[in-house]
Amino acid sequence: MSDRIPPAMTPITAPYWDGAAAGELRLQRCVVCTRFVFPPRTFCPHCGSASPPRWESTSGVGRLLSYIIARVPVPGGYDEAPYVVALVELQEGPRLLTNIIDVDLDKPLPLDMPVTVSFEPRGPTGVPVFRPTVS
Amino acid sequence: VRPGSVAIVGAAETESVNEAPHVPEIELHAQAALRALADAGMTLADVDGYANATPHPLELVTHLGIRPRWIDSTRVGGCSFMVLVRHAALALSAGWCDVAMITHGESGRSGCGRSPYPRQEPTSLWSQFEVTYGAGPMVFNLTVPARRFLADRGMGSEDLAAVVVAQREWAADVPQAVRRERTTVDEVLAAPMVADPFTRPMCCVRTDGGGALVMVRTENVGDWDSPSAPVYLLGSGEAAESGLMSQMDDISTFGGFRRSSSEAFRSAGVGHEDVDHLMIYDAFAHVPLYGLEDLGFVGRGESGAFVTDGHTRPGGALPLNTNGGGLCYTHTGMYGMFAIQESVRQVRGEAAVPVPGVEVSFVQGLGYAFGAAAALVLSVRAS
Repeated sequence: MSDRIPPAMTPITAPYWDGAAAGELRLQRCVVCTRFVFPPRTFCPHCGSASPPRWESTSGVGRLLSYIIARVPVPGGYDEAPYVVALVELQEGPRLLTNIIDVDLDKPLPLDMPVTVSFEPRGPTGVPVFRPTVS
Repeated sequence: VRPGSVAIVGAAETESVNEAPHVPEIELHAQAALRALADAGMTLADVDGYANATPHPLELVTHLGIRPRWIDSTRVGGCSFMVLVRHAALALSAGWCDVAMITHGESGRSGCGRSPYPRQEPTSLWSQFEVTYGAGPMVFNLTVPARRFLADRGMGSEDLAAVVVAQREWAADVPQAVRRERTTVDEVLAAPMVADPFTRPMCCVRTDGGGALVMVRTENVGDWDSPSAPVYLLGSGEAAESGLMSQMDDISTFGGFRRSSSEAFRSAGVGHEDVDHLMIYDAFAHVPLYGLEDLGFVGRGESGAFVTDGHTRPGGALPLNTNGGGLCYTHTGMYGMFAIQESVRQVRGEAAVPVPGVEVSFVQGLGYAFGAAAALVLSVRAS
């Protein structure tokens, strides 16, 4: 899957991707209003504080908000289908676009299904993806 | 910008809006420009204001050989053209130009002389946080919230299919439309799956084509020998929300649609009951359902039944996407120009399938994956 290239990070987003490489889902949190911040920034978009948000390790737990199943490859996507593109809402609040792995693609996935983060290696780094939470 | 103080006096598409394998994008722009200027009774020498979305505006200034004293190139995806009409109205009103031309040309099917789509640089937020997940193609991105929209309302895939069925009823009699076969909900649901739950007919066509618009102040309408009736801009609105699908305010309703449409209604001084003809950008079949609800034409959860019951079809109370839309007519990648062209044709009474007596047409554009939106209210009357 040569098309699954590592994300091209900036100094501001590197801690997010470095976290994924280390097996942690890290998010920024505002030191003033305590809300979580995504995507990464040097300020708080919620309360407007200029104090840099602090990186924290998070639970990696969330729920499936919505998804599609890519059934045929399309240029600009992955070379191979099928795969799931999903919106996941984290327990901490932020919403991520991601992939859901380890699911049976012949059956509908229940919306609001609990999911847990996993990490897909990409070259020197990794990307957060999600799988159904095993209870 | 007062309601009706500017007018579209020239409008045209390229000869083909389907396939032009050997025509580079700047030539699609030029073909559309010359046809629109002929429609306005003008030549390139009359143009002193120019706007486009892609490629870089200087490419077109050079290619067209014009020397505009006003330029704009606001690139917010498919609704860029609604935005540019609105910005041109301001430039005309301010006297920054006297003849504003907006052009579009895109080789979305053949890729001839293609300019890169904006925001594809690898470190953009879009590339890092969405393209990374195989979600770069709009078909795997803009479609993602649809399941939640449908589930929240007790709706389903058959409601997506109903949008296709209704728009095919229009497209069947539109000679330029790419997909013209009448169809049924069952047929649409049984078609090959592309982005489950979206089957192929629920996704737009991919085409080559262009379009252009020429605008002047209303006081100057009639200064040129135009064969066509002027179409007045009564009002407009624009809104930007997020370049990341994940950062929509609420994935089950689009704030950009709500804000841009309400500003368009307010600035035009018209209400929903005044709208005789409606265009809602339809890259995929869920977008008109969001639009019908977010624009306030129906209540929450009523969009599917409204379409299924035939209200948006030929003969219905609210004729919607009367060229067949992006799903059937054409979709070069940025469809907004073509939606405006159909509104102009309907107001002029020149559409392939004319809606009788259109006084007010409302055209709602969408940019990126629920990222931006803009709306125009067009009319036969200046006030």
